[in-house]
Amino acid sequence: MSNGKTGRKALSWVWLVLGLAYFFIPLISTFLFSLKGKKGVLSFVAYQHVFADPNFLKTFTFSLQMSIYTILVGLILIVPTAIWINLKLPKVKPLIELFSLMPFVIPPVVLAFGLIKSYARPPLALVSSPALLVAGYVVISFPYIYRSIDTGLTSIDLKVLTEAAQSLGAGWGSILFRVILPNLRTALLSAIFLTFATVIGELTLAVLLAWPAFGPYMAHVGRDLAYEPAALAILSFMMTWGSISIIQILSRGIPGSRSNVGGLH
Amino acid sequence: MTDSLKKERSNQKGAEQTTGASGALSLHSAAKSNWKDWLGLIPFFLFIFAFMVIPAGSLLVGAFQNRDGSFTLINFSHLLKPNIISSYLITIRLSATTALLGGLIGFLLAYAITIGGLPEGVRSFVSTFSGVASNFAGVPLAFAFISTLGRVGLVTVILKTVFGIDLYESGFNLYSFWGLALTYIYFQIPLMVLIIQPALDGMKKEWREASENMGASTFQYWFHIGIPVLLPSLLAALILLFGNAFGAYATAFSLTGGLINIVPILIGAQIRGDVLHDPNLGYAMALGMVLIMAITILAYSWLQKISSRWVK
Repeated sequence: MSNGKTGRKALSWVWLVLGLAYFFIPLISTFLFSLKGKKGVLSFVAYQHVFADPNFLKTFTFSLQMSIYTILVGLILIVPTAIWINLKLPKVKPLIELFSLMPFVIPPVVLAFGLIKSYARPPLALVSSPALLVAGYVVISFPYIYRSIDTGLTSIDLKVLTEAAQSLGAGWGSILFRVILPNLRTALLSAIFLTFATVIGELTLAVLLAWPAFGPYMAHVGRDLAYEPAALAILSFMMTWGSISIIQILSRGIPGSRSNVGGLH
Repeated sequence: MTDSLKKERSNQKGAEQTTGASGALSLHSAAKSNWKDWLGLIPFFLFIFAFMVIPAGSLLVGAFQNRDGSFTLINFSHLLKPNIISSYLITIRLSATTALLGGLIGFLLAYAITIGGLPEGVRSFVSTFSGVASNFAGVPLAFAFISTLGRVGLVTVILKTVFGIDLYESGFNLYSFWGLALTYIYFQIPLMVLIIQPALDGMKKEWREASENMGASTFQYWFHIGIPVLLPSLLAALILLFGNAFGAYATAFSLTGGLINIVPILIGAQIRGDVLHDPNLGYAMALGMVLIMAITILAYSWLQKISSRWVK
């Protein structure tokens, strides 16, 4: 029997190596490729080219702005709603859960199609405004934001906290900003970084709604150059890694928040 | 997203447990909840209505209209045109292939870090890394695979110079079906790890010990106990991976430059320049995609509900 166990463990190491090889070979290749910008030697010249390109800064700033707007709109819309539902209307939860599946059922490419069809013509010609892009991003990141906030809310005793604050004479404003939100710090930060990681390099909505965002810029660089795209891929990977690591460090020890971060496409 | 699905599952579980008391409970909350409470949800539902319901609804309506705006079913018969049918078939083949291969590798990896008994440190590293890798898609992922398996990619070059295997001579092309499949598998594996891990954690050690004590072989254990218990979770995970690949646009667009005939790319091309020469046919195509995604998510939820009997 112990023989079977050692065999099983050895096999497990084999599967681990196999899986990690699939993860790491492309990353290592990309990194080495990104160092080959100068013929014959390994150098960071491709990274210098990336940073020196004015369009890099321009598009990155644009996407950063969009992600900030998305985070603000998303939080302002979803946080009060999630608190309200948990406090007053828990029976609405299944309905919200249903809506949180919608971004999966309506993939970004179809969402872009619907947004353009609905808002291209005069009564509501929003297509030329970045507001429509932000609205689309809020739709895409809504399940992540709602999930983080709801996990945070169920891990604190919302009702007791609220009633305690009320009995001490607190109004709704101070209940929200001085009692509930400080207790949701981790959940809020998770939502913020997850939204940032989703929006910063997003391609589909940006390209189809024709905005000069970071995703389309990267795709454009990929058509013309060889080593700079590899450098951009490494930089993006580091940003994703950074965002997700921060979330996982923050949410350590909070039940139900462990695998908050599986991304669907 | 994955998590929202998981959450849904646990909610269903909760719902089942409370059904016994639901009569009393709903009476109680009905007396307490005030119609004014619903006013607090207005901003959120207005947003949902404007940016989810209206866009989806407009595509639905458009799919049943001809150019003049009158009702027709002709768009759906046009979906049977050879180029559209073939794009659906290629997308289904791509999604199924990457779900099965990514699912298999992901399952083995998840097995290794759960039942396989690897050290806790390895487990938490793989979990964290899966979170990152499942979010690593789109343009940067395409670049990573070009650097790896493109014509001058590192692995291509090493295979050629060290092992004498010329991938591109032997018919491989990163910008075709198998290239795209290998790229998709990169985000399918970690997603599988994240979804299936709870199910594997639920496999009790006692089941295996009991079966071994009664003289069962490894094969018998998996055939009679492991696979039947895991089957609903496995199917649910594979179906979710299928949908995950079916809806993906960014990776395919940036890898092939829009040259592969899959449904999301065709819809994207239709948006950018009416390649079908018929806007309403485009809406029907989008509706077809939404239908497939809806069936996927329904099947997933149903199977998860079944598997929650075991995974506690």
